[in-house]
Amino acid sequence: MIKTKLKKLVLATAITTVSLASAGLSWAEDTIKVGVLHSLSGTMAISETTLKDTMLMLIDEQNKKGGLLGKKLEAVVVDPASNWPLFAEKARELISKNKTDVVFGCWTSVSRKSVLPVFEELNSILFYPVQYEGEESSKNVFYTGAAPNQQAIPAVEYLMNDIGVERWVLAGTDYVYPRTTNKILKAYLLAKGVKEKDIMINYTPFGHSDWQSIVSDIKKFGSAGKKTAVVSTINGDANIPFYKELGNQGISAEDIPVIAFSVGEEELSGLDTKPLVGHLAAWNYFMSVESDENEDFINAWKTFIKDKKRVTNDPMEAHYIGFNMWIKAVEKAGTTDPTAVQKALIGVAVPNLSGGYSAMMPNHHITKPVLIGEIQKDGQFDIVWETSGLVAGDAWSDYLPGSRDLIADWRTPLSCGSYNVKTKKCSGQNY
Amino acid sequence: MLVFLITTPMKKSIFLLFLFFFMGYSLQAVASEVSENDSLQAAWKVLSDKNYNKKAKAIEFIAQQNPPEAVPAIKAMLEGQLYYSRRGKELYFLREIEGNYEFTPLFDGEPIIQKKKRGFKKVKINNRLRSLIRQLLAVIRLDNEDANIRLAAVQDLLKNPGIEAAGRVKNAIEKETDDRVITSMQTLLAVIQLESGDETEQLSAIETLSQSLNSSAMNALSDYQPPTEALKNAAQSAIKKINDKRDLYAKAETVFFGLSLGSVLALSAIGLAITFGVMGVINMAHGELMMIGAYTTYVVQLLMPNNIGASILVAIPAAFIVAGLVGIAIERSVIRHLYGRPLETLLATFGVSLVLQQTVRTIFSPLNRSVETPQWMSGAWQINEVLALTWNRLYIILFCLAVFAALIMVMKKTTLGLQVRAVSQNRTMARAMGVRSTWVDALTFGLGSGIAGLAGVALSLLTNVGPNLGQAYIIDSFMVVVFGGVGNLWGTLVAGMSLGVINKLLEPWAGAVLAKILVLIFIILFIQKRPKGLFPQRGRAAED
Repeated sequence: MIKTKLKKLVLATAITTVSLASAGLSWAEDTIKVGVLHSLSGTMAISETTLKDTMLMLIDEQNKKGGLLGKKLEAVVVDPASNWPLFAEKARELISKNKTDVVFGCWTSVSRKSVLPVFEELNSILFYPVQYEGEESSKNVFYTGAAPNQQAIPAVEYLMNDIGVERWVLAGTDYVYPRTTNKILKAYLLAKGVKEKDIMINYTPFGHSDWQSIVSDIKKFGSAGKKTAVVSTINGDANIPFYKELGNQGISAEDIPVIAFSVGEEELSGLDTKPLVGHLAAWNYFMSVESDENEDFINAWKTFIKDKKRVTNDPMEAHYIGFNMWIKAVEKAGTTDPTAVQKALIGVAVPNLSGGYSAMMPNHHITKPVLIGEIQKDGQFDIVWETSGLVAGDAWSDYLPGSRDLIADWRTPLSCGSYNVKTKKCSGQNY
Repeated sequence: MLVFLITTPMKKSIFLLFLFFFMGYSLQAVASEVSENDSLQAAWKVLSDKNYNKKAKAIEFIAQQNPPEAVPAIKAMLEGQLYYSRRGKELYFLREIEGNYEFTPLFDGEPIIQKKKRGFKKVKINNRLRSLIRQLLAVIRLDNEDANIRLAAVQDLLKNPGIEAAGRVKNAIEKETDDRVITSMQTLLAVIQLESGDETEQLSAIETLSQSLNSSAMNALSDYQPPTEALKNAAQSAIKKINDKRDLYAKAETVFFGLSLGSVLALSAIGLAITFGVMGVINMAHGELMMIGAYTTYVVQLLMPNNIGASILVAIPAAFIVAGLVGIAIERSVIRHLYGRPLETLLATFGVSLVLQQTVRTIFSPLNRSVETPQWMSGAWQINEVLALTWNRLYIILFCLAVFAALIMVMKKTTLGLQVRAVSQNRTMARAMGVRSTWVDALTFGLGSGIAGLAGVALSLLTNVGPNLGQAYIIDSFMVVVFGGVGNLWGTLVAGMSLGVINKLLEPWAGAVLAKILVLIFIILFIQKRPKGLFPQRGRAAED
């Protein structure tokens, strides 16, 4: 008796296990996995948590529309904790262990550089949503944020032609993005006939909070009779004490306007904006853009996050564009296989939130409009200028001697991230 | 003779001629009025346009015509309170009354009151329009009753001095009573005279400008092309005189910047001087206690949104109590078990700091929170044209000194202070004398933590209130305490202030990044020479 009972038990267990396992398997096969690689703790959590939520919202919406290729999408969220080497480990985990078909992630350039070898080794796809310094084009990365020619150069053109600025302060945080951007800007300004003595370059450490002497220097530099502007690549937290000090020392936007490339609606939501009215920012998207897509997006976001006061910003739009491009490319390719999708992505065009279409270029950058906005009392931007058409992202800047002759084109037969037009050589995947 | 020649029919015809002339004139007058009205109407309409260049022309035109609506409308535009209806493009003033929006038509009509701004759009302006409007309003403001507004008006005119303004200013200076306004009006007139006057006028203009520190005056002098040798010499010596004065004030400014940075350093280190200096606990969570103080300020402001000015004063005791209680909790739950084991204390408190950061992230979100600077703390104390001390920094220097004085009083004059000193000097002896040493430990740690909370209140007005607030200051705080001499409160104050000043002296010369590195190297070398810091503790207690 006991034996039979035991047998039954063993049998039952075995059956349950098998059925459970097969259920698990079928469940795993039924979803397409989308990796989300954004820091949820540490210094960068302030910016990246929002992007994680954006991705969850987009995936949720796509699932409500019936998923993709008849399957549901499943988000796999990991936390690289603002730790650059951990980004690479987590990326490997997402691709190898979790078998994700695509990853949306990273914010800082250093985190992107950290995961780049992993994506190239395992041949996966990364969508990178933040404005960056350019000088890179990888087969496996799709850059949906702005390249310098989609943000910095048009912003400087606007100041020069529309505002009549003759003296320039290039202020930035001391790391790769501001340094490269300022190098490009300085070369551009010198080419436009600005004299060396009319350019002041200043770098500060991460999270710099004592801006008294620098703001006072800017004030002195700007009181020389020529119209002066500050081009700010100051990153993250350091902006708030900077703007506070500007306000306290009585520098108004009419005297010395500050144009920022890293200050958006979200950064301003942690700030009393009354003394900042009139200062500028250059982006490819503002929450105040008037278009039907944008209105839908803002409503969806506020409902998803359950907070009526939450704002939207430019990197969120970049993820919106990138995600929709990926969906379209997968539908076009009929599979989520990275190699096929990489090919299918080039040339895909999807609506952006500013009322037009953005297309993926052969250099893995996208076309976008460039907008310049002035900060308002309510923390929103009034758009005061925009490019007449779309601007295509340029991977290699035309203003730097080293990269002037380089182009990136991932279509066959060239299929190269840094092809030198003069020497007709491809220098491989240039990191 | 001629009179006789004018016959009756001639008289008639002359009369007719006159009549025609008059009619013609009045017709013409009517016609021009109509066209002006028309274009004025058109100009008002242009304000709802999107093109800023068109708007600028329209505003100039309106200001030229100066209808009675012009000044209030332009002022409202500057304040962002001029709206237009989406349908008819009619202009409205916006007023907020108890959560409702009242739209009063610019011309005549009934005001419209509604809950939302639906159907109306703001007349947008950009920087160029803003400065144009200020220039236009400046001339009007010259007659304002408030001397400060008159002064601001003259300053606005100084930014772009033109001969048109000279006449208005010359009239206004006759009636002016306020000395500061007279001085800047004289500067303005001198700048204009430098361009347009004859030789003696130019000479007196140079004389006037050499007294001024205004940057427009300085620029006018440097752009000035003197026609004669005498004028050239006068201009050069005037420029030198101004530059000398400016240098002097720039030095004073640097010292102030240094003291203010120093006061922030000292404030954040005083709490640590107690927990680390007096008790010997390496508290890595000290920065997070400051963060708690900053968040307390934020919460207090949320609770009293209509009284921002007073909220800071309420936040000071609140932050002290909240941070102090958290400190006591940390001491009772973690540190108490680890006395005498510095390495483990370091690791444990580092863990506590991460826990506190993530807790704040969960409760308040990882986004920065904004603490509004009260009116009485914003802006600057303008001593003269080049030297201005920002109020918030001044208050923080005073606050730092007050906290320090209070702490010294507690340590020197109260029973708690006596017991703290006793326990830190000789624990066993203190216990033998009936001091409850564990209780004193908890209170001392609470006191240090509470002071960290006070530092948090000050920091919330300077920098971000976010989960990472503390990390930025923990290294600096340890640096100050070690440099000043462990266990010495005066050392902490002096060390904080001198590090601030050194940093600010180096900064213009070496840049912010290098200045920080140089200060760190300086401290390392200093500690090599004097391991116990600036003011080492003397006596038997220091021997352990």
